[in-house]
Amino acid sequence: MELPNPVLTAAGCGGTGRELAQFFDVARLGAFVTRSITMAPRAGRPTPRMAETPSGLLNAVGLQGPGVEAFLERELPWLAERGARTIVSVGGGTVAEFTALSRRLADAPGITAVEVNLSCPNVEDRGRMFARDGSAAAEVVASVRAAIRYDVPVIAKLSPDVADIVAVARSCVDGGADALAMINTPAGMSIDVDAMRPTLAAGAGGLSGPAVRPLAVRCVWQAHAALPGVPIIGMGGVTTGRDALELILAGACAVAVGTATFHDPYACPRILRELEELLTERGFDRLADAVGLAHRPAGTGPRGRTDLEESSL
Amino acid sequence: MAGSPVQMTGTVLTTRRVDAYHALTVVAPGIADRFRPGHFVTVAAGGRDTSMLTRRALTVHDVKPDYGGTVELVFAVRGAGTAWLAEVKARDTLDLVGPLGRPFPLPRDPCTCVLVGGEYGSASLFALGDALQTRGCRIDFVLGATTAERVFGALRARRMGETTTLTTEDGSLGMRGKVTDVLPGVIADARADVVYACGPMAMLRGVTAVAVEFGIPVQVAVEEHMACGIGVCMTCVVPVIGEDGVTRMLRACVEGPVFRGERVRFDDVGTIPFDALGAPGGRNV
Repeated sequence: MELPNPVLTAAGCGGTGRELAQFFDVARLGAFVTRSITMAPRAGRPTPRMAETPSGLLNAVGLQGPGVEAFLERELPWLAERGARTIVSVGGGTVAEFTALSRRLADAPGITAVEVNLSCPNVEDRGRMFARDGSAAAEVVASVRAAIRYDVPVIAKLSPDVADIVAVARSCVDGGADALAMINTPAGMSIDVDAMRPTLAAGAGGLSGPAVRPLAVRCVWQAHAALPGVPIIGMGGVTTGRDALELILAGACAVAVGTATFHDPYACPRILRELEELLTERGFDRLADAVGLAHRPAGTGPRGRTDLEESSL
Repeated sequence: MAGSPVQMTGTVLTTRRVDAYHALTVVAPGIADRFRPGHFVTVAAGGRDTSMLTRRALTVHDVKPDYGGTVELVFAVRGAGTAWLAEVKARDTLDLVGPLGRPFPLPRDPCTCVLVGGEYGSASLFALGDALQTRGCRIDFVLGATTAERVFGALRARRMGETTTLTTEDGSLGMRGKVTDVLPGVIADARADVVYACGPMAMLRGVTAVAVEFGIPVQVAVEEHMACGIGVCMTCVVPVIGEDGVTRMLRACVEGPVFRGERVRFDDVGTIPFDALGAPGGRNV
């Protein structure tokens, strides 16, 4: 999979694409990543769904969406018409649901890749998320990989809420993942001290924004060190081109922008421009030359490396 | 798209206190040009490198043609973001996005309209009143709040409206009570054809009940917590019944903030009604 540029929307942060198209051409994105599509329509969680925390945002939206049929009918064709490359995020509560969903998507034209949201609660495992366990995650990835056309890459989106992210990443790759996306939001919580109640109706929620960026950098770093040949899409608090470059130096070959878009509707094109300027300033001809560069042994120069992976997705 | 929002850096022209509230006039020609009554504007709070990631949705009180176009934004200090905004000075700049949301629909023919505002929700009613009067409508105001200093725009309402009725819960201004206590009388006296309302959710619920009682249409502008204001964060949802009778969780920022009052399931705000499309275990899954 070749993308024209390395800046994507993060799943669940770009609406249907139409909302952002009021501000910029969605075809200018490296790819548009959809919210997690589910088999059936979902109403999501009750409100309040969101709480602002220092440099962060807690959310518990609950994958509100119209279901795969409405997505295929109304959303995917529109994205294709606009010339956007679409990465479809998929969510489900059971392996069977992921399989059914992937089969439904298999024949749909205009899908650049499929991203598997492994942070969904596994209804067959007391609601614990698939991503917490390598074998459960691999099973989901394998089921999606088996159903999706061979030339459409499958991306495993990992959660940082695990003891060993490298083990989960490796299991997903063994299960057939062509690439990894990290990180999904770690679970967090905030309490309204005046009301003396949790701020979110759901209690806990996923934390995003610059507050989690060091967590993302660490996860990308570890995964890239252990699996240098596997392309990684990095995300977690990317707000500027400099933040994007940080994840790239840690080993990501593309970055996704999520919460920053809530603050600045132009965040994606702005971050791309800033990233391109930074790369030019530093004399990089190609993004690939910067990928994972922070891993080089201390004392070696930033140039002249020959052992870098050609990590086009 | 005529109503398509823009992002711009606007220079603050003036700041003022209006009783319990704050008002900022900002030079924002692109927003002023596109503005229709009911639209709102979001601002980024905290300046460059802010730690506050969500935008603050603000009510537009006035739009004027000076300096190419200005908007006056009204807000109450409710947290760190609005406290920062309250400290903004003339000549500072603000990052604005707008106009956002669906504006109030206007009647095709002249009719009699009652405009009901609670707290600083009344701020959005004056541009609406102007638009209605331009179309030859009669307008009557009902404004209320807990106390006198929280009633926004009483003076302006008295100048604009055929009648203006004020209510406060402590009786410090106008009638003691709530807007819904006096609304039936105002509707009956004016022989109103339509009600427009903006204010807290509980007030909108009461106003809708009164309008339904009279069998007249009611348009409400809801206030829900928003993070983005542009329809991508999915946090400001309200249960609303569609044309097809199906309840959906609609985003107040793009499908609203103006809804037909009788379509909003006020009793179920803050929940996912069991019969909503896609509700957990619901029939419509």
